[in-house]
Amino acid sequence: MYQYDEYDQDFVEQRARQFSRQVERRISGELTEDQFKPLRLMNGLYLQLHAYMLRINVPYGCLSSAQMRKLGHVARLYDKSYGHLTTRQNMQLNWIRLTDMPQILLELASVEMHGIQSSGNCIRNITADEYAGVAADEVEDPRIYCEFLRQWSSLHPEFSFLPRKFKFAVTGSPNDRAAVKAHDIGLRLYRNDQGEVGFEVFVGGGLGRTPFIGKLIRDFLPTEHLLSYCEAILRVYNQLGRRDNKYKARIKVLVHETGEEAFRELVEKEWEAIRDGTLSLPEEDVALIRARFAPPKYEDLEDDTPSLESQRAENPGFNDWMDQQLAEHKQAGYTIVNISCTPIGKPPGDISSEQMESVADLAETYSFGEMRVTHNQNLVFTDVRKKDLFSLWQDLVKVELATPNHGLISDTICCPGLDYCALANARSIPLAEKISTAFADQERQKEIGEIYINMSGCINACGHHHVGNIGILGVDKKNTELYQLMLGGSAKEDASLGKILGPGFDEDGVVTAIEKLIDIYLDLRKDGETFLETHRRLGDGPFKERLYSAPS
Amino acid sequence: MARLRKDFTVPLLKNGKITEDAFTRVTGETDFPSTGALIVDLTSWQEHRSELLGRADPIGIELAAGESPSEIADDLGNLSLVALDFPAFSDGRAFSSARLLRERYHFKGEVRAVGDVLLEQLHFMSRVGFDSFVLDSEDPVQEWLIAQDDLNLWYQPTEDGRITVRQKRRG
Amino acid sequence: MAQVVIANRLRDGIVVFLGTNHTWVEQLQDCTPSESKEDGQRLMDISQEAADQQEIVDPNLIEVEKRGQTWHAIKMREEMRAKGPTVREDLGKQAGN
Ligand code: SF4
Repeated sequence: MYQYDEYDQDFVEQRARQFSRQVERRISGELTEDQFKPLRLMNGLYLQLHAYMLRINVPYGCLSSAQMRKLGHVARLYDKSYGHLTTRQNMQLNWIRLTDMPQILLELASVEMHGIQSSGNCIRNITADEYAGVAADEVEDPRIYCEFLRQWSSLHPEFSFLPRKFKFAVTGSPNDRAAVKAHDIGLRLYRNDQGEVGFEVFVGGGLGRTPFIGKLIRDFLPTEHLLSYCEAILRVYNQLGRRDNKYKARIKVLVHETGEEAFRELVEKEWEAIRDGTLSLPEEDVALIRARFAPPKYEDLEDDTPSLESQRAENPGFNDWMDQQLAEHKQAGYTIVNISCTPIGKPPGDISSEQMESVADLAETYSFGEMRVTHNQNLVFTDVRKKDLFSLWQDLVKVELATPNHGLISDTICCPGLDYCALANARSIPLAEKISTAFADQERQKEIGEIYINMSGCINACGHHHVGNIGILGVDKKNTELYQLMLGGSAKEDASLGKILGPGFDEDGVVTAIEKLIDIYLDLRKDGETFLETHRRLGDGPFKERLYSAPS
Repeated sequence: MARLRKDFTVPLLKNGKITEDAFTRVTGETDFPSTGALIVDLTSWQEHRSELLGRADPIGIELAAGESPSEIADDLGNLSLVALDFPAFSDGRAFSSARLLRERYHFKGEVRAVGDVLLEQLHFMSRVGFDSFVLDSEDPVQEWLIAQDDLNLWYQPTEDGRITVRQKRRG
Repeated sequence: MAQVVIANRLRDGIVVFLGTNHTWVEQLQDCTPSESKEDGQRLMDISQEAADQQEIVDPNLIEVEKRGQTWHAIKMREEMRAKGPTVREDLGKQAGN
């Protein structure tokens, strides 16, 4: 994976020192809270319900063992020995002391990490396909371009005070695992008919109060123009995006209000003026960065791994895990392994310091010291030899990271909600725990098949509820928590938004309602249909009718 | 952390040094002094263009945050200064305006930041082409001078002449 | 209904309540909520002073009520702050840490 050179390292250290001085000035009273707040936010530090929360960037989800070990250490020493993996592939620590921040930032900088731009109205951490660089279905490695975007967007002098936050997602595969159409800018690398590689550029996607699917504003952007084209989009947005109303300030509203065609013209016109300037990416620069992502030294292995059959036969737990957790690797004899951080009955995405340290060790043993954070709040080992799978599984069992629920109903996406978040209207984690408990039975989960349940504790939609096959939105109704259900959302290449189905439920009611919806689906599905496919065929109608009419 | 005041009194931080301000700001007025460097708003400029051009002394225009430099592009040759307003420090439109002035329209005069600006924004501002800042008279000038050197590594090419990380890597 | 000021301590962000003699306490039970509506402004004045002294940030007056022997915040959100996350009963004020 990418490693900092002296410049990247110096940059992060300078920034850490700058923030340390700001903390000192705050504590001495030179800065008031009003003055300090934007500065701490620009460094990822929020004040949440119980304490300060630090959001640490994991650039496009890539994490080394050394970094994971450091996160475990920081969480133990400066927090309460756990962290939370977010839907933006970052890690959050929930109990940070302001006075520890200078020290924490230095610790993080020592492993090339920081919280720069993890908050604020700027370009946030770039997210990407969690299998980037290793997926069998990948056209081109998106990490190279993510890295260009990361550098270009780091303290961008022109775009650090945008109308609102700005999120990028990038994939290099036709199978979208990065939800590119749910981002301010979504990029998909592909090869055109002439065999050239370029991007499809989607703009104006996003969830929150007014959800939109991103619009395709350019169907082929040669890779060398990536930065100039993005600069053109951002410049149009920075000048014209609404600043009068926080809820209308995202680029999706500008695109919507301007009209797709007119917006495209604005961007293309701006781009014409800058396209061949200093932002173009000549092949020699790309080659420099590509070299930093050189694949690890794979062994020459047979793809066929006979030992697995007997290990599966003798170990039902291993067998279940094998059924769910693997994804196809481009290299023979290797596989991608999904590691669930969403155990039955526990908060999705929470991981203890001990687990972080174990995972760091295991990645060194089994995956060239590299892993990924996924937008489903789980982890991925990118490069595991198939013949090591049984041994890896045994080691994961020991640290309670072997839940075999990848893509199944208990593998929910869930924001922190009212248990932690200052903006929340309702709790979301207890609901996730109850749902995974209700569907704990592995056979039943397999019978139900692929389904995504996403939940958020408020309209900001950090839990991506609109794009869940079943989405759950928590609201506050007269000081009690109420949950609204929506069906039919998808975050993949066939992206769609769910709509509210009907009256909401209380916490237990929503679990019962989901069980009913699943029963309805099992009853109505045709051979091999997923929940989403059945819903797409039939619409809300039968689900709504039977859910709300059934005697409860 | 300072706020830049709109009445251009003292002190003026220009090209990294505290400098005397030669300009007087006259906005919303029609009675222009016959001598002395002036800054007028866009409307005054549009209404009294020929009168203002007839004066011998330097002239500058102040653009509000929503006003695009393209509106004065043809006049830039006659201007010594463009002031860009920040109605709030979080309103970053003027960052784009400054770059357009420098990079699109090749304006060589002074580009001045006015309004609500954080000291922490100073390094962003110098990169997009601002070269002068009006400090509040109570500001700790020393801190503004220090803040100029908070960071000295840049990933983004602008036309401010600073070497970017990409250029350093190429050697 | 009784009221009390809730805030976060500047240096560590921990939730605190305005106790007697201008002190800030970590447990809701350790402060004496004011039963008088008119008292609000006085409590907020004290809090503002503490904010100006870099002691606390974001002071807010909240409503509390006594159930049995213990005080509880009326709003779910403030009750969460007074106790700690419901999904981690081993953490926060409910666990005494
Ligand atoms: S969706 Fe709302 S409650 Fe959940 S983390 Fe985001 S802001 Fe907080």
